[in-house]
Amino acid sequence: MNLKINGAKHVVDLPGDMPLLWVLRDGLNITSVKYGCGIAQCGACTVHIDGEAVRSCQVALADVSGEITTIEGLGTPEALHIIQTAWIDHQVAQCGYCQSGQILQAADLLARNPQPTDEDIDAAMSGNLCRCGTYPRIRAAVHAAASAIREM
Amino acid sequence: MGRVRTIARRSFLIGSASILGGVAFGAYFVTRPTPNPLLEGLAEGEAALTPFVKITPKGITFIMPRADVGQGIASTQAMLIAEELDIDPATATLDPGQPNQAYFNGTVAAESLPFPAWDHGVVPSTVRELMGHVARLTSSQFTGGSSSVADLHETLRMAGAAARETLKAAAAVRTGVPRADLRTENGQVILPDGTRIPYTDLAAQAAAIEPVTDVTLRPASEWTRLGKPYHRLDIVAKSTGTQDYGIDVVMPGMLHATVRANPGRGGGMAGYNADAALAMQGVRSVVEVNEGLAVIADNTWFAFQAAQALEVDWLPPDYPASSAEMWQALSDARTDDFRNSRLRDDGDVESALSEATVIEAEYRSPFLAHAALEPLSATVLVQAESITIWTATQIPAVVRDAAVELTGVDPSRVTVHALPAGGSFGRRLDHDYVVQAIQIAATMPGTPTKTTWSREEDMTHDFPRPLHMAVGRGAVGNGRVLAYDLDSISPSLVSSWFGRIFIVPPGPDTLLVWGAFDQPYAIPNYRVTGYAAPPMMPIGSWRSPGACSNSFFHESFLSELIHAAGVDPLEERLRLIADADSRRVLEAVGEMSNWNGADIGPRRGRGIAFAHTHGVPVAEVIDVTMTDRGIRIDEVWIAADCGTVFDPVNAEAQLTGAAIFGLGHAMNCELTYENHAVQQTNFHAFEGMRLHQTPLFHTRLLERAEQVRGLGEPATAPAAPALADAIFAATGQRLREMPFSKTVDFA
Repeated sequence: MNLKINGAKHVVDLPGDMPLLWVLRDGLNITSVKYGCGIAQCGACTVHIDGEAVRSCQVALADVSGEITTIEGLGTPEALHIIQTAWIDHQVAQCGYCQSGQILQAADLLARNPQPTDEDIDAAMSGNLCRCGTYPRIRAAVHAAASAIREM
Repeated sequence: MGRVRTIARRSFLIGSASILGGVAFGAYFVTRPTPNPLLEGLAEGEAALTPFVKITPKGITFIMPRADVGQGIASTQAMLIAEELDIDPATATLDPGQPNQAYFNGTVAAESLPFPAWDHGVVPSTVRELMGHVARLTSSQFTGGSSSVADLHETLRMAGAAARETLKAAAAVRTGVPRADLRTENGQVILPDGTRIPYTDLAAQAAAIEPVTDVTLRPASEWTRLGKPYHRLDIVAKSTGTQDYGIDVVMPGMLHATVRANPGRGGGMAGYNADAALAMQGVRSVVEVNEGLAVIADNTWFAFQAAQALEVDWLPPDYPASSAEMWQALSDARTDDFRNSRLRDDGDVESALSEATVIEAEYRSPFLAHAALEPLSATVLVQAESITIWTATQIPAVVRDAAVELTGVDPSRVTVHALPAGGSFGRRLDHDYVVQAIQIAATMPGTPTKTTWSREEDMTHDFPRPLHMAVGRGAVGNGRVLAYDLDSISPSLVSSWFGRIFIVPPGPDTLLVWGAFDQPYAIPNYRVTGYAAPPMMPIGSWRSPGACSNSFFHESFLSELIHAAGVDPLEERLRLIADADSRRVLEAVGEMSNWNGADIGPRRGRGIAFAHTHGVPVAEVIDVTMTDRGIRIDEVWIAADCGTVFDPVNAEAQLTGAAIFGLGHAMNCELTYENHAVQQTNFHAFEGMRLHQTPLFHTRLLERAEQVRGLGEPATAPAAPALADAIFAATGQRLREMPFSKTVDFA
């Protein structure tokens, strides 16, 4: 099966019912995509498929029909995405395990809603669990990223 | 800012040791807090055994023995060294090092003693010091108890200072310029004429001279890094998906495994049939491990699927089968036969209660999972005469010792790569998952094998926070709290956890009554009694162990008495408080929140709680509103005093994160048991707090306390009682059992 991930083509030989999460982590060693629950309750495995945030633990390999973007496709330490810059400026991460998923979820939100209210952020981001409790800074970073994007 | 303490040089053993091509510096704090003649005359070599700074021509390495589980201690350790060494820590290699007796943790051992942390009298101080020494001798290197900063802040700065001065001495030898005329900056020694010599160029020379041990720490007023807002060193990696955690280890040719353990912990197996599992795609083998079976496969998903296909005849464990039976066992343990401690017994409680109308209330706190977002995992490579382990752990020395015990390999041939953890909250103070990973990899010699627990295994095979109950009896009169008697009942966490990991220390289980017996109130008749219920399933340390339940009991009952006395909850606490640091945080939280009583308008309520845990006084005020969708937490004010703050941005994050942890679990979470098994198998049934329930936070750190303490845990304990108090103010209903969602709805 052919996959396009962050602009690059990959060929995988794995069962069609295997969750995309494990295809990425164990099949392709893309470990920025995190396993947290396996049942779409934590959001740690969030990736984009054609720009839309999805839980990769719930997408079977055979059902992947679009281009996949992981956090590396959003930005890198050398070329940060504007949302990542906001995350760094606000020192959001503690353990950091959920943050790739949080940032990809925020990117999906801001693509659809460039000026979200707190209620919009709550509605879009409450599926992404953070056990360390970084939520106040997530909220602040989403607002800051939204402002920065509008000013671009 | 806390006052700068003069540190006697004789308190430290400072030294250096030659290493391949360079030099290693160590500093080792041997006397805390008062000199002890028993400890003088330790061998010079002991200092050299404690390297925190290594300098070779190729680069500079900081050894930072405390594990980063999200609390940010990796950055803080590096900054403490860098402040004295005058170097950008981002240019150093940051290495957790190998487990070593020298990296012992003396603070936690000292705090397990039956003295309140705010009591700095001669007896508590002397015994704490001796206990710290015992910890060193028993190589109890572990990360926990919010102890890392308290334990290491002087040691790491001394190591940095000794390295700096020795590098200057080496430059003096080379150039003939007196050391006093040299200065350091940005990883270089600078001569009066402006010539710069990189530290790395001086490595060999520094190894060849006597180390400079006559160093004094810079006062806080001269700090350029510590105490200033700075970026955590891991913040870019953690914002770009480039931070590798224990679960992310990738090795060429690696196999993947998972575990299926008895749902009744410790029950054993009568037999099993692995035929169906072995017939599944990508499955290599099924092996027996501690507590159950493991599947080894080509990837984690194959292993997970096959583990579900195992047919196992589990035997029942020896603890009660259901939560109802466990609660009954706790109730039954409130007798003299199970009495474990009475560490607070002021005045005459019995007389005071016999002369008044007794107010009585019972409180309950449930089992809770740690549920760190990164499931438990370890990668192990077993070779002919060596073993290498990659895992996120708070107890690397225990992991090493387990590898030796399991495989018979020489301790010097065990390598433990302690990796960053995706959370822990105390779970990685156990190493059951590493033991299983070693057993699994031992069946695949020469092949690295990664073992990953499913979330379901993680939730149902935790060493949970124990269930805990308390009965308060008290009396009030003339607008005052006159008598306070609290019975606290739980299985013994000290026996369970220390018994698994080290040895059970003698004396009472102080954790059983932490957050209750040790609160700095001067109530005239005041008693706290601990009852150790019979052991149930093995239990563990959960963020702010003991205190996370006892503070809910203790502060809630105090609030009930204050309400009965008809006085203001903040004013009466201020009247009762007997510790200056604690008084200041109560005053501060009152000022921050514009405290004017618990009544803040219709359908709203304001609550307050205070706790002194891990040496840190914390006061929290919470406002709630009753909405059409349930109770909403609007705002939280937190005031605390941990002494000098080294990393202010992260300190604020620890205060709010710990409070969110306390609030989310108090609102929403419990583990219950049926047929010996945990009923909550994943986050659908165990949510903690989510973004939509998160209130606005205001925090203040006073920095007036003399003792420097850590902040990973202290804001957890007072969160639940402050919320219960606010809900009472809004609704008139006392919540005496967690989780509160059993009684009220939350928006």
